[in-house]
Amino acid sequence: MGELRIDSKKLTPAIIRELVDLCPFSAIEPLAIGITINSGCRFCKLCVKHTSGAIEWTEQPPGSGIAPDGWRGIAVYAEQQNGRLHGVSLELLGKARKLAAVIGHPVYALLVGSGLADAAKILARHGADAVYVCDYPELQYFTAEPYANAFEEFIQALRPSSVLVGATPLGRSLAPRLAARFDTGITADCTVLEMRPDTNLVQIRPAFGGNIMAQICTPHHRPQFCTVRYKVFSPPVPDGRVGDIIPLALSLEKRRGGVQVIGTKPKPRQVDLAEAQIVVAAGRGVRSRTDLKMLEHLAELLGGQIGCTRPLVECGWLPPDRQIGLSGRTVNAKLIVTAGISGSVQFAAGMRSSACIVAINSDPTAAIFDIAHYGFAGDLYEVLPRLFTQCGKGQIHV
Amino acid sequence: MKILVCIKQVPGTTAVEVDPETGVLRRSGVPGKMNPYDLYAIELALQLRERFGGHVEALTMGPPQAQAVLREAIYMGADGGCLLTDQAFAGADVLATVKALRSACQCIGAFDLIVCGKQTTDGDTAQVGQELAELLGIPHVTNVIAVNQVTQDKVILQADIGDTLFTLEATLPCLLCVDGGINTPRLPSYRRIFDRGTADLPVLTLSDLADSDPTHYGLKGSPTQVERIFPPLKNDDRRRFTGTGQQLAQTLYDVLVEEKFLEVNHG
Repeated sequence: MGELRIDSKKLTPAIIRELVDLCPFSAIEPLAIGITINSGCRFCKLCVKHTSGAIEWTEQPPGSGIAPDGWRGIAVYAEQQNGRLHGVSLELLGKARKLAAVIGHPVYALLVGSGLADAAKILARHGADAVYVCDYPELQYFTAEPYANAFEEFIQALRPSSVLVGATPLGRSLAPRLAARFDTGITADCTVLEMRPDTNLVQIRPAFGGNIMAQICTPHHRPQFCTVRYKVFSPPVPDGRVGDIIPLALSLEKRRGGVQVIGTKPKPRQVDLAEAQIVVAAGRGVRSRTDLKMLEHLAELLGGQIGCTRPLVECGWLPPDRQIGLSGRTVNAKLIVTAGISGSVQFAAGMRSSACIVAINSDPTAAIFDIAHYGFAGDLYEVLPRLFTQCGKGQIHV
Repeated sequence: MKILVCIKQVPGTTAVEVDPETGVLRRSGVPGKMNPYDLYAIELALQLRERFGGHVEALTMGPPQAQAVLREAIYMGADGGCLLTDQAFAGADVLATVKALRSACQCIGAFDLIVCGKQTTDGDTAQVGQELAELLGIPHVTNVIAVNQVTQDKVILQADIGDTLFTLEATLPCLLCVDGGINTPRLPSYRRIFDRGTADLPVLTLSDLADSDPTHYGLKGSPTQVERIFPPLKNDDRRRFTGTGQQLAQTLYDVLVEEKFLEVNHG
């Protein structure tokens, strides 16, 4: 907390020009006399670092807010659909346990929905000291207001210091309403969380399309809300402890909201290759059209889409909308596995921004290995069948 | 039907960088533009006006130059626009932004429908719409992909939530956050640029708001504090593996589990 102060005595026309030019947000405006800082200011404090010293940052004690005392515990919102837990729920529990260990707080899980007995037992075995279950037929489908009402009851009763919610479509719809209701802060899409001994939760998230990381705290308000991306943290390994399962009552009035579900239908899985998060790409190292089945199987295992290089489209093995590269789709995937692809410049241009590139190619000097994070110099016909065997053994589900 | 569309001016590019030494943003030198997700919100509002009649108003909060996005909305077809600007709003996080928007909504008058884009391209939080609905005490629906019907007091719509498509009925007034790509936003019309010109648009400042306590807005009213910004760690590690098919398959399996693309079932 603080504010920018302008020392007009230090301003000269040259310094004013420099400051106006310096501000990345065009928030410094020249006036007839001196300058003003407009509402475009993001408090990056670049101007404070200007050698003139004309703009100063003064720290101020917080004007309002709640002392962190009296707020205790790490709460996890355990998302479920039709009684089946979303994968992010256990990941959040795993993280919550680690955060709670720093400050010796308990870990709570909250379940809201209908038919939740099995899900509650799983949470109780995976690190929750207490699982609060708000289970009513009216809550079968998610709508924001009734779920927020249940969440509010839970927070009023438990007063947790931090609240973790999955950054899923449901969590992103629900959590901000709660943060506003409790007049507190929320940090979206965290990728790193750390606990300080004073119970302040350090929240790190990408901004500007992932070009910048921001470290955020909510020092004078509780609870500290954050949403966390799926597949960032690891689910806990059960240690034999079993938490309590406690029903949470919600009045009939609070189980109703302004939105009613009048129909649902499962969404077709096929998405545009350009938007796919996980891609398996086939190249000329695949010897025949029928062998593509192997790659389709891998795509299925990983929950991804199949793509290919231009020659395979030209052979008619796959339709043109599957082509990756300059003359095809550009993919920006979380994971792309290329098999039998040497990695031409044209192909690489369509996939090199992907976060994790895994390449399998028999030629160890292939260009694809220059951009692959994990390069496997081997024959895909040797590697993939053995990978599938390995997956079968480990009881993999995606 | 009165429709309010909340829009934002964002930096012209997200290709901004942080100076690793000083930890401050490097100036991009690109002028601001309309948040691209807001174009879909404006288009939806205009289509609803065409189908069901009404009035479309655009609202933005930002520095004086953010008027440009209101004009763009008007040139696309919005009936009016309002700029919410004051130095007291600077440095606002989600909550402080929403408090200012809520106060502005109270000034502008009652709406049947408030339409927001999915998220902005600078903050990326996708939270402002939901919080605004909460503070206004109205229902909200996110991930809206289509509006089927609007009646006197209800709207029937489709929302794409996770792996399920929902058909929902929401009572008015309510707030919708629309997904990107759900329609084809129209281009600004030359005719409207000619007709509407650059006449001044209404401006709301702190003193116009019913709650004019500056500590509720901007940096002072923000519970969250950005402690530092830094460039993301680039995944520049390149690892190469050689060996027999069996060894490579084992390593590949370990890598996929380690990177969380395969999950080991603990039962």
